[in-house]
Formats: sequence, structure tokens, C-alpha cells
Amino acid sequence: MADIVLDKVSKKFPDGTTAVRDVDLEIADGEFVILVGPSGCGKSTTLNMIAGLEDISSGELRIGGQRVNDKAPRDRDIAMVFQSYALYPNMTVRENMAFPLRLAKLDKETINQKVDQAAKVLELTPLLDRKPANLSGGQRQRVAMGRAIVRQPKAFLMDEPLSNLDAKLRVQMRTVVSRLQKQLGTTTVYVTHDQTEAMTLGDRVVIMRGGAVQQVGPPQELYDHPNNLFVAGFIGSPSMNFLTAKVEEGTLRTALGDVPIGDRIRRELEGADAPRELILGIRPEHFEDAELVDDDTRRRGMEFTAPVDIVESMGSDKYVYLSVEGERATSAELEELAADAGAADFSGAGSNLVTRLSAESTVTEGEDRRVWFNLEKIHLFDPSDGRNLTLHEGRAAGTFAD
Amino acid sequence: MADTTATRAKVRWGLLDVAVVVFALTPVLWIMSLSFKTPATLTDGKFIPREWTLENYRTIFATDQFVRALINSIGIALIATTIAVVLGAMAAYAISRLDFPGKRLLIGVSLLIAMFPQVSLVSPLFEIERQLGLFDTWPGLILPYITFALPLAIYTLSAFFKQIPWDLEKAAKMDGATQGQAFRRVIAPLAAPGLFTTAILVFIFCWNDFLFAISLTSTERSRTVPVALSFFTGASQFEDPTGAICAAAVVITVPIILFVLFFQRRIVSGLTSGAVKG
Ligand SMILES: Nc1ncnc2c1ncn2[C@@H]1O[C@H](COP(=O)(O)OP(=O)(O)OP(=O)(O)O)[C@@H](O)[C@H]1O
Ligand SMILES: [Mg+2]
Repeated sequence: MADIVLDKVSKKFPDGTTAVRDVDLEIADGEFVILVGPSGCGKSTTLNMIAGLEDISSGELRIGGQRVNDKAPRDRDIAMVFQSYALYPNMTVRENMAFPLRLAKLDKETINQKVDQAAKVLELTPLLDRKPANLSGGQRQRVAMGRAIVRQPKAFLMDEPLSNLDAKLRVQMRTVVSRLQKQLGTTTVYVTHDQTEAMTLGDRVVIMRGGAVQQVGPPQELYDHPNNLFVAGFIGSPSMNFLTAKVEEGTLRTALGDVPIGDRIRRELEGADAPRELILGIRPEHFEDAELVDDDTRRRGMEFTAPVDIVESMGSDKYVYLSVEGERATSAELEELAADAGAADFSGAGSNLVTRLSAESTVTEGEDRRVWFNLEKIHLFDPSDGRNLTLHEGRAAGTFAD
Repeated sequence: MADTTATRAKVRWGLLDVAVVVFALTPVLWIMSLSFKTPATLTDGKFIPREWTLENYRTIFATDQFVRALINSIGIALIATTIAVVLGAMAAYAISRLDFPGKRLLIGVSLLIAMFPQVSLVSPLFEIERQLGLFDTWPGLILPYITFALPLAIYTLSAFFKQIPWDLEKAAKMDGATQGQAFRRVIAPLAAPGLFTTAILVFIFCWNDFLFAISLTSTERSRTVPVALSFFTGASQFEDPTGAICAAAVVITVPIILFVLFFQRRIVSGLTSGAVKG
């Protein structure tokens, strides 16, 4: 058990690539921290530096208050679960799990007892004498977890441990991982691609982009109060809608109509070098069928009419895709997000609006529909640096904020 | 229609296969046949011996010369193979896994050795070994064999090492293994097929060598079979040794076949399956 502190940690590869740039991160004892970000953003490199599998180019890494920059992995007492599982194919499940204990020179009895105990927790007992080749993907995954937990290390590192499983198994294993971590209370750093995992598993989420940390915080906090355009677009599924908003005569001209702005935002936009064009972001669930909104709620938002493209009924609610006029919002962040998501299914970059309306809505495909949206939940971003202008002391307060 | 084309293709391939096999095996079979013939029928040109005899085999095992050479051959080849494979494994592991200064140089030098014409080294080696007292001893052959087998060993082994998922080694290190333990307990067992393949190749190279064996030996003390064969005379000086030579030739292929068969069982592919999801 120990806390892990990264103090301005950077990684520069011999070929000149800077994979990780000045990462500051304090992971408390027993905390479950998720590293998430698009492919190639330096998640694995960061994890490998904590593990000791990669050298740290600059900065300091402390585990349990002790500087470990120059310690070999075996002297750091942390266990790692690999995306590929990395089970030893020549050993049985029991031997795989016993391997770290045998290296630690424990006596046979203790080893057997610990392995049996871990196997019981992970429901691997009937499989102990099999070779990895004769296990299913989910079972291999559990063996890999078992090998990590048997020796009760100071911390667990996991690099996309569930990404090789099919969707159903992944959900199942997610709860296994979560339960295990709570039960053992071991500090855990977990790398993932999958933002559902990021939202559901961790105490705190670290969003990375291009080797740098974008924002650190509890999942809900990142969702509600994103620091910048990148975080806003990365977290959430379906992702936030982005529209261009021109600053004109004290309002914002958007495809959804003129959006009024509060005093604080206005002050922000008064400066000579203030952006003349912003990106407006709004999440799908902050739209509602105008017919279903009561008067009290109506006052907090705005309405617009748009043709309905597609209606996807999920039972609990309806995903409604609207086409709106106007150019699509562009920025480096959005392009990167689009590339990571596979441009086609990233709605934020199109002039297609994804909305989540109540199930009671009678909306049908092809009609023009009147839709309401919540102005208090709007985010405004500066396209040049992606900064969230609606954020004040870490809270997002919509356009009205004063 | 499609049927007949398929049949025709099959026939064509069949004929081709037979031709290749006949071409490759005829000399071997012919030697076998000669080894069973009596001196009188040796030159009758018949493939199937008219009179079968084991006399030739009896002759070669009766002479101390051949048995002694057989022992030399087996001993020298086994020792050279073992050392070359162990050294080669370590070098190949370093080459495939580590980035160290001088890596390219090491690869270049081993390539150079492999390409160097062995004939041009025979005279210098002869002089060196005489000075060092290695001439006509086992080490006198083992050392050059290792030198020339190493590049071969390094190349085959590094190809095998590269196939082993690197994650396994990282996992071993995370589990608390030193670099050495990771190699011995995780990588080496997985590279076993590669080790055996290399062992076979190196063994065959040592076993078949004639050039060094004839130049660096002078007596039965360290003469290997290929050389001993060339010194063969019949039971008496006036007897034609052809039959005996053929018998000896057959006998010396037996260890190689045994060696290959023995190790072939261990060269099971898919030994690494299950290590990583893939
Ligand atoms: N050995 C290396 N030499 C040079 N560059 C490297 C090396 N390893 C990784 N990189 C680069 O460092 C960056 C970060 O890589 P890393 O593996 O940490 O990404 P990641 O966030 O784990 O991505 P993914 O989600 O695809 O696994 C990438 O741009 C990658 O190309
Ligand atoms: Mg990665």
C-alpha cells in the first residue's frame, strides 16, 4: 500500500519523440485512478515509467514517499496486468500465479495457500492445472489478475486489461475489477481507451492528450465541468455537440438562434484580443422536446425548430438526430477527437445534432420539430486554445453566469 | 472439366515430387545397396544386391580405427554444439532484446565470419594450433567449429527470440525476476524449439566437416569419421575398401538421423500459444 507521486515526469525516446510531457499527478494510497486519452497520447508510456519498464527522462517518481526513478521493477513491489495478459504459456495456471511468489522465495506451503486463496477470489480454482492455451479469453484475463494480486503488492498497474474481451465479458470483468480493488484497497492505476470504463471504474480520471495531462478529477466533475474543448469532447457518449457561435452585438449567433450571454462571459469577450468566434458545446441530454417542457424549465433555455433525421428509441429515452444549418465547428482538438473516434461516428464535427429526448416525445422522422435546450448547461470554448470560457473557479455555469 | 484440370495438376505435381525424391535419394540408396554387397558382386551394376552380406559392417567395427573415429566425432560434435548453442543463445538474446553500443558491429562481425572462406583459414589455424599445442586434440577441432557455427546459431536463434512476445519478459520483470531469471525461466523454455533447431543445424555442420578435420588432425586421437573414411583400407592392404567405406557411410548417417528424430519431437510449433491474446 502506498501513494504514487509523479513530479514533472517526462519521457523522451531516443528517436526524439516526447511521449510524456511534465506530468504532475498525486495518487493517494488506495485510490483508483484511470488514465484515459486517445491512441498515442502517452498512457502506456506513463504506466511503464511507474512500473519501471521505461526509464524516466526527467522529473521524479515517488512511491510511498520514496524516490524510485532508478529502481528496477522488481524493487518497486508493484504488479502489472498487461493488455495481452502475458501469461507464461509453458506454465499451468497455478504455476503462473505462483511465479512471483517463487521468485520472492516464499516456502511452498505459503505459496500454495496464497495461490488457492487468490484463485478462489477470482473463481479460478477448477482451472488451476490448465495451461493458458486451454483457457477462454475471460479466464486468461482472470489469471492475469490473479498473478497480480497473489503477492499483495503496493500498487496495481493495468494497461487496457479488458480491451481484448468482447463487450459483454468486458462489462462483467469491469465489475470484477472494481470489486477486487475495493476489497483489497490497493492503489491502482488503470489505463483505458474506453471512456465508459473511465467513467464507471475510477475514483479519479486523468485525461491525457499528446503526452500532457488535460484535466484530473472525479468522472462526474470532468463530465460537468470540462476544462477545455478536448475534455468536453472526449468524455460522454454520444459526445457533446459542437457548433460555431459568432460574437455579434452582445449575443452569440448560432445555428440554433441567438444565444444571450451573461455579464461574466461578456466581460471575457470585451478584450481587444478576445475571440470573435466561439465554439458552443451542449450535451445531448440537455435538449428536450419543446412540448414536454414546463414553463418554469422553459425560461431557463431556448427553443429552435429543425428537421428530424433519425429517431432511435432506446426505451428509456429517444436519441434524435437533427440537421441544422451553419458551418461545422473546427479546431485542432475537434479534429483530433474525430480522428480518434473514427470520423464517421463522431457527431460533434458534423452539422448533425444529437439530442436525447424523453421517451414520451412523439417525434417522428422527417418532420420539423420544435426542440428546447438548457442554456445553463451550455459550454463556450475558445477555438484557438480550447479553453472553456464558461468555467469559473472550476464550475461551469452556462452562458448566463455573471 | 474442373475435375480433370485438378487431376492433371495433381499428376504433374506427383511426377515432379517423385523426380526430386529419386534424384536426391538415389546416391544414398546406392551406397546402402553397395554396403550390403560382397566384394565379388560389388561392381555388377545391380541395384538390388544378388548376395546380401553384413561382412562390410563387421569389418568396420572390427577395426579400432573406425570405432575410435566414431567416438571422436560424437564427442567433438556434441561438445561444440552445446557450447555454440549456449553462447549463441546469449548473443542472440542480447541482439534481439537489448539496444547496446556495438550491437551493429557484433552483427557485422558475425556475418563476416560466416562469409569468410574457411579454406583460407586452414593454414594459419594449422600453424596457430601447432604453436599452442592444440593440434590433433579435441579442443583443436571444437574451437574452430564453435567459431564457424556461432554466426549460424546467432542468426537462427535471434529469429526465434524475436517471435516471443516481449510482454512476457516485462511480465516476468514485474513479477520480480532479474534479467537473468526472466531469460532462464520464461524466455529460454519458450525458445526451446529454436534451441533444438539450432542444435541440429550446428551438429550437422560439425559432424559433416571434412576440411578442418583433415587439416588439424594427424592421428586417431582426434580424427573424426569423415576423415577416417578417407583413410580406409580394406582388411588387408590389397582388398578393395569400397564396401567398407559404404558401410561406414551408412553408419555415420545414423547418429544424425537419431539426433534429428530425437529433437524433432520437441520442435512442436505453437508452444507460445496462449501467452497473449492474438
Ligand atoms: N520506443 C519508442 N520509441 C519512440 N517513440 C515511441 C516509443 N514507444 C512509444 N512511442 C511513442 O510515444 C507516444 C505514446 O505512446 P504510448 O504507447 O504511451 O501511447 P498510448 O497512449 O498507450 O496509446 P494506445 O492507447 O494506442 O496504447 C506515441 O506517439 C508513440 O508513437
Ligand atoms: Mg497503450
